[in-house]
Amino acid sequence: MAPLSLMLIPLLGAVAVVLSPARLAHWIALAATTVTFIVSVILAAAFGEWGGDGFGLVWQVAWLEQFGVSLSFGADSVSMLLVLLTTLTMPLCVWGSFTAITDRVKEYYAWLLVLAAAMAGVFLARDLIFFYICFEFTLIPMFFLIAIYGGANRDRASTKFFLYTFAGSVIALAGLIYIAFRHAGLAGEWTFDIGMLTAFAASELSAGEQSWLLLALMIGFAVKVPLFPVHTWLPLAHTEAPTAGSVILAAILLKLGTYGLYRFVLPMLPEAVVAYAPFIAVLAIIGILYAALICWVQSDIKKLIAYSSVSHLGFCVLGLFALNPLGVQGSVLYMINHGLSTGALFFCIGMIYERFHTRDMDRMSGLAKTMPVWAFFMVFFTLSSVGLPGLNGFVSEFLCLVGAFTATADNISYPGVLGPWYAAFAGLGMIIAAMYLLIMLGKVVFGPVREPSVDHEGHHASLPKDLSAREIGILVPLAILCLYLGFQPKVLTDAMDGSIKTALSAYPAVVEEHHRQELAEDNAPDAEMMTWMTPARFDGTLPDFALDLGDAADGR
Amino acid sequence: MVGESPMIAKLWFLLPEIILFVAAVTVSVMGLSPNRRLRDAVPVVVCLALGVAMVATPVIYGGERVDETLLMPWLGLYVKMLVCGVGIFLTLLSIKLIDRRMEEAITMGQTKFDPLRVNRGEFFAFMLLSLIGIMLCSTANDLIWLFLALELTSLPTYIMVAMSRMRRMGQEAAMKYFFLGAMSTAVLLYGFALLYGSAGTIILTEMVDVFAAQAADGGINTLGLVGMILVVLGLAFKLAAAPMHFYAADVYEGAASPVTAFLAFAPKAAGVLSLILVLATMGWSGHYDYDQPGLPQPVLIVLWMVAVLTMTLGNIGALLQRSAKRVLAYSSIAHSGYLLIGVIAGPEFFGVQAVLFYLLAYGVMNTAAFGVLAALERRGTEIESMDDLVGLRHRHPAMAVVMAVAALSLIGLPPLLGFWGKLYLFIAGIEAGHVPLIIIAAINSAISAWYYLKLAGLPTLFDPTPQTETIENRPTIWPRVSAVALAVLIVVLPLPYLIGQIESLIARSAEIEVVERDASGHHGDAAARDKLARRD
Repeated sequence: MAPLSLMLIPLLGAVAVVLSPARLAHWIALAATTVTFIVSVILAAAFGEWGGDGFGLVWQVAWLEQFGVSLSFGADSVSMLLVLLTTLTMPLCVWGSFTAITDRVKEYYAWLLVLAAAMAGVFLARDLIFFYICFEFTLIPMFFLIAIYGGANRDRASTKFFLYTFAGSVIALAGLIYIAFRHAGLAGEWTFDIGMLTAFAASELSAGEQSWLLLALMIGFAVKVPLFPVHTWLPLAHTEAPTAGSVILAAILLKLGTYGLYRFVLPMLPEAVVAYAPFIAVLAIIGILYAALICWVQSDIKKLIAYSSVSHLGFCVLGLFALNPLGVQGSVLYMINHGLSTGALFFCIGMIYERFHTRDMDRMSGLAKTMPVWAFFMVFFTLSSVGLPGLNGFVSEFLCLVGAFTATADNISYPGVLGPWYAAFAGLGMIIAAMYLLIMLGKVVFGPVREPSVDHEGHHASLPKDLSAREIGILVPLAILCLYLGFQPKVLTDAMDGSIKTALSAYPAVVEEHHRQELAEDNAPDAEMMTWMTPARFDGTLPDFALDLGDAADGR
Repeated sequence: MVGESPMIAKLWFLLPEIILFVAAVTVSVMGLSPNRRLRDAVPVVVCLALGVAMVATPVIYGGERVDETLLMPWLGLYVKMLVCGVGIFLTLLSIKLIDRRMEEAITMGQTKFDPLRVNRGEFFAFMLLSLIGIMLCSTANDLIWLFLALELTSLPTYIMVAMSRMRRMGQEAAMKYFFLGAMSTAVLLYGFALLYGSAGTIILTEMVDVFAAQAADGGINTLGLVGMILVVLGLAFKLAAAPMHFYAADVYEGAASPVTAFLAFAPKAAGVLSLILVLATMGWSGHYDYDQPGLPQPVLIVLWMVAVLTMTLGNIGALLQRSAKRVLAYSSIAHSGYLLIGVIAGPEFFGVQAVLFYLLAYGVMNTAAFGVLAALERRGTEIESMDDLVGLRHRHPAMAVVMAVAALSLIGLPPLLGFWGKLYLFIAGIEAGHVPLIIIAAINSAISAWYYLKLAGLPTLFDPTPQTETIENRPTIWPRVSAVALAVLIVVLPLPYLIGQIESLIARSAEIEVVERDASGHHGDAAARDKLARRD
């Protein structure tokens, strides 16, 4: 029952919010999310699998017995970390919405709580259908959060968000069912247990099947990440969502995509992954550079951070497809670090927006003089996002790049299919990131003081000029974590080591086999082609199909 | 059933239908009573009868009794419960729909009661008869019975459409529906005739043997295949499946919303059940071509095309509509396409189970969506346009939520009922090896998300317009109760215990049994066929 409580507490909280008067809604939501966080910390402290490769928090009840669907919970170290990230973010989001949300308050907090339950479910699920249910169900609360409480363009943003992710994940569902079907065909019994299906898929599916499945699953997860050609929903959704919505999107919902890649694509489809990793890595790098360049020319500060998410998640994907522990560690670490720093940046921007009702960078500058506390946090989190050594962003970005750099064929323990060039181009993204983020800082935080002329709405009545104690309270825990993880990333990398080694267990062999085949193909080019190319073959005998033609001509 | 006459045995399993028939006769008389109380009690009697029939069904089918003469002896168990259950909700939606003006005038003393001018009793009697038709389909064992049951389902609906709205639109819809229905019935009958010509019998269980023998003997003859294809096309009308789907939008729009909800469920259920029964005579296990599992190749191709066209045309058609009723009409066309996936997959791969489950899911969520339209009105006329739904949450929060839940379930969003229905169908389709069909269905689901999202979003997200502020509740609470109850079912039915119960019911009902009936050699090759069917 223990893991179920992480979903039940928020759900019960949502019910309580709906039933109680509106003025209590935010307190109930805060209490529910905080309790969830405390429970998750207790569970994490008692968690026995840190550093190991097993699953803790196992709990199961049958659902649809005919197909072996069950309500099955379980977490390994990586899922547990992401659960902690979720439960930490949620109370902060609730707290951060106290003054921002004044209309339809009950619904708002109810949706936030439902969303919290669904996200915890995604990371805790050990059954494919249960996973998919939670994965999809995150769409509904998020859709309503954007569509009701979002900015001016919220209709388009919410619809686009919903349609993109829904369309992608339906295709992914078909792929996942196919895996279960193949397993049922061999085992004689249906099951959707993720562990069993993973072991089955990696060993029994043919390379052709794996390629199709990779396509199906990538369509589903890449939209969520988002990877380059299907990223267009993200800037819109991020920009239009209310602050808490943006924070959740950046901190957790995007991670559902990378978590899906980590949990399903990597361990299930090794052969296809090895074959297509360079292609996916190229997409990731295009995403890194392209989104970074777009950031450079943004004047909307929220959009800038949104595009920077696309760029940063590119590193995450690149690290995953480096297929060695360094890269994957970096990638998982990046999921957490990006959640902390970008989430915090969205909080900072939300605080500005609440005061000035604009996100236009050209209309504000020199805020360091009028809002020194805010400016401190803004600079701090921006530097964390840039990847300043000593803060958390640096470690993960560095690990991802080292992972990609060393993912060459001659790497002894974990040969890969990427290489220095991939790392070099991705590294360019870091430089551009430093440029656009520092330019943003220069515009907004420093320079001559220019506050946006406050129009009819004026300053929010209950907000001081600089940050209130509540707002500082939201940012401080995030800042402390950023600093701590910058100096002590080893705590996390050690914790997730076992899980990552298991996810990568098939790879060294598959990659070597891949390279051996490539080598063989290079050394022995197509015999038919060779004979064609050599003039000595023109001794009167024609190749087969030419003979066929000749016969036809003769017969006429 | 040793020791009892076959007639009694047959009647025993028809007990639910008999209960409903008695109720139908009763209400048609009650509706003519000058006593207002008695007239108002008509829907109560209907609901009671449906409730009794629903409870009686598991009792009747309990134990080891089984109607051995049938091709699918247990099919009735689930179908009858389902039909009665959905029927109750449909009845609640229709309360105070018929004779409303008349009754109001009588209450205000403007006119006197005139038995010649009231329709309420007939309306509910026809409704019951139509429901009986579906139930009879599930116990059919010959083509004549099947045909009569199908017509019993359809004929009352023509009249119900005409009765539901005393306006030109309703009459027009009814005429269109009737003529096209008559045409499709002709096609269906022609198909039945050809099947008879090919098999030499109209008994379904005997046709199974004949077609099996034909298949073993070089293939089912062309006459039978052409007949089967005509049957598929004829039944496509009942299903509102392409290429016989074009009537649906106009007719659904013309009828009053409660009747539209009925139209979207009853003929479709009867059609798909008949389709399964008739197709079962040729079987899904490769009677036509032993190398190829599944239906006979020509029939398979036709069904494939029908399924793909139906989902695609339905969903694309729905994208283009402005009227909520037409959107739901096209969506119901699309759902027929999804249903056909299960039909194509066949019983071996849970296909029939998937269809049965989907009928439940579709019946519940579609009725809930129509229920919202049926529960509201503007100055006595019903609401139709999408614009009427904008900002419904302001004055009708419950109805807005029901619409959102129903629409999200129709998309197939987990964990709502519609998701499980689609999951069942997808599993069936993939297991039967029709992966491309499933991909097409998945893409279609994605397309459909667009308009369902509008249905879910317009009532819940936006602020009301002056137009929506004038919308009121219908002067009776029951349509609202029905809609809310259906929305609760959408959320509650997928819970682990309940879905397990439904699953076990379906698993039993979907069995196609080949029973050794006598020693005359009628079923001599049953064992061989059985082996074939369980090929691994």
